[in-house]
Amino acid sequence: MARAVSRNTRIGWTIAAWFVALLIFFPILYAIITSFKTEQEAIAGFDLIPSFTLDSYREVQSQYNYFRPFMNSVVIAVGSTVLALIVAIPAAWAMAFSPTKRTKDILMWMLSTKMMPAVAVLVPIYLIFLRTGMLDTRTGLVIVLMLMNLPIVVWMLYTYFREIPGEILEAARMDGATLGQEIVHVLAPMAVPGIASTLLLNIILAWNEAFWTIQLTTTNAAPLSAFIASFSSPQGLFWAKLSAASTLAIAPILIMGWFSQKQLVRGLTFGAVK
Amino acid sequence: MATRQTQSLARLMRAPAIILLLIWMIVPLAMTLYYSFLNYNLLNPANTSWARFFNYQYFYTDPAFWASIWNTLVLVLGVLSITVIGGIGIAMLIDKPIFGQGIVRILVISPFFVMPPVAALIWKNMIMHPSYGVFADLAKFLGMQPVDWFAQYPLFSIILIVAWQWLPFATLILLTALQSLDGEQMEAAEMDGAPAVQRFIHLTLPHMARAITVVILIQTIFLLGVYAEILVTTNGGPGNASTNLTFLIYRAARLNFDIGGAAAGGIIAVVLANIVAIFLMRAVGKNLD
Repeated sequence: MARAVSRNTRIGWTIAAWFVALLIFFPILYAIITSFKTEQEAIAGFDLIPSFTLDSYREVQSQYNYFRPFMNSVVIAVGSTVLALIVAIPAAWAMAFSPTKRTKDILMWMLSTKMMPAVAVLVPIYLIFLRTGMLDTRTGLVIVLMLMNLPIVVWMLYTYFREIPGEILEAARMDGATLGQEIVHVLAPMAVPGIASTLLLNIILAWNEAFWTIQLTTTNAAPLSAFIASFSSPQGLFWAKLSAASTLAIAPILIMGWFSQKQLVRGLTFGAVK
Repeated sequence: MATRQTQSLARLMRAPAIILLLIWMIVPLAMTLYYSFLNYNLLNPANTSWARFFNYQYFYTDPAFWASIWNTLVLVLGVLSITVIGGIGIAMLIDKPIFGQGIVRILVISPFFVMPPVAALIWKNMIMHPSYGVFADLAKFLGMQPVDWFAQYPLFSIILIVAWQWLPFATLILLTALQSLDGEQMEAAEMDGAPAVQRFIHLTLPHMARAITVVILIQTIFLLGVYAEILVTTNGGPGNASTNLTFLIYRAARLNFDIGGAAAGGIIAVVLANIVAIFLMRAVGKNLD
């Protein structure tokens, strides 16, 4: 805003805003700090300065084999998102460039599937998984999370593709571009940013999913959300280890999230707020 | 441009997504509906029989059901009021000319990216633990008796955690709306001597109305399904004090192995979610044209 503001007012607002921001961020910050404490320090009362030990990180790996749930998370989040993109890109493309009278209805219907509460289909999905031996497999979770996020993926892509002007395609054709050239030189460069944003947001959503992951896995295929939920009934001293596991689980997604603030608004409001 | 050929190609491109979602939506839901009319317990599958409306009747007359409906309502409304009011306040604060706005934004948005079990366990152990948590340290520092949050105020504790997770979402959406507010109009109102409260009520709030609606509707969809936060903190207790509908159904299905009862509960959850969904679809649909 171009309004002239006195320096003092600005400093006042700055202090207030930073105070609120740090308050909101505090639980995350405190978990990160605790992850560098020893277990004794972790329960010794409020202290913002840890002894910077890496023991908890080492123990999380040696005691709980942290690498396995981490890799499960990577495979499940990336796998389900990429699969969803493969199905959704053609669909969104067709709806954006060859819309029919029913396109809007189809989109709204897709959105409505997102509103079905997960718990409502817990019984059949669990039984299907039980009988087909898909319980505790990464494949099973990839399929469920892919289907769960498919509507959002189609929607996001649709809103991005719709912004690509159709005239450009025609111009390229008039200039004698072949279909191959059209895709490589005209369409791809304009579609890639939208696809990348969609990819990013949906990896975040799949990474943090914590209903199906807890219901459908036990140990082998458990991603981080299910692995960390199993820390709810601890034995002995474990806060520093819990913090270390938590820090590792949220760090990659936190960083990705910071880069996707704009897409977040768009993706989660289905384009209703821009 | 829409020749018959491109149209049939378009149909082919749309088909996989539509068919997959159709299966995903209809098959499990039909199965849930079917199971909801069965006496079917996984511990005793041989005794499966036709139950007619017994499961619904059972669910309906169970005191735990009404407790869970009440808890679901309190949870959703509690989180909504905290996040919407807090979100408006924080969005307006961040929108002010402050130093380091980018970093402030990043700090405020962060809780949204923390997966539910991690968020809940951090709060449970490091913030709200009755002997070692930061709240307890603070209480001792002030000479007060520390509170055992999850035993004494289980539902409130969960509301607090979930509100912390969703406050960034509300803030971000409302901030986006706020930033498209006409600055000149605001300045004119300021020059005319309209006090800050008046400007807020007559300019800012109406401008944000749509975003507020969207925040409320989208959050409600997600808040009806709160699960992991309850699982890792109170496990629904003490008693049913923090059991919402989602958790009640989970318990019926996975801990009591009561397939019929859980399915009936699932159908009730679908009806509830649909009431919200109808409003959301209208809000989104308007924007599509």
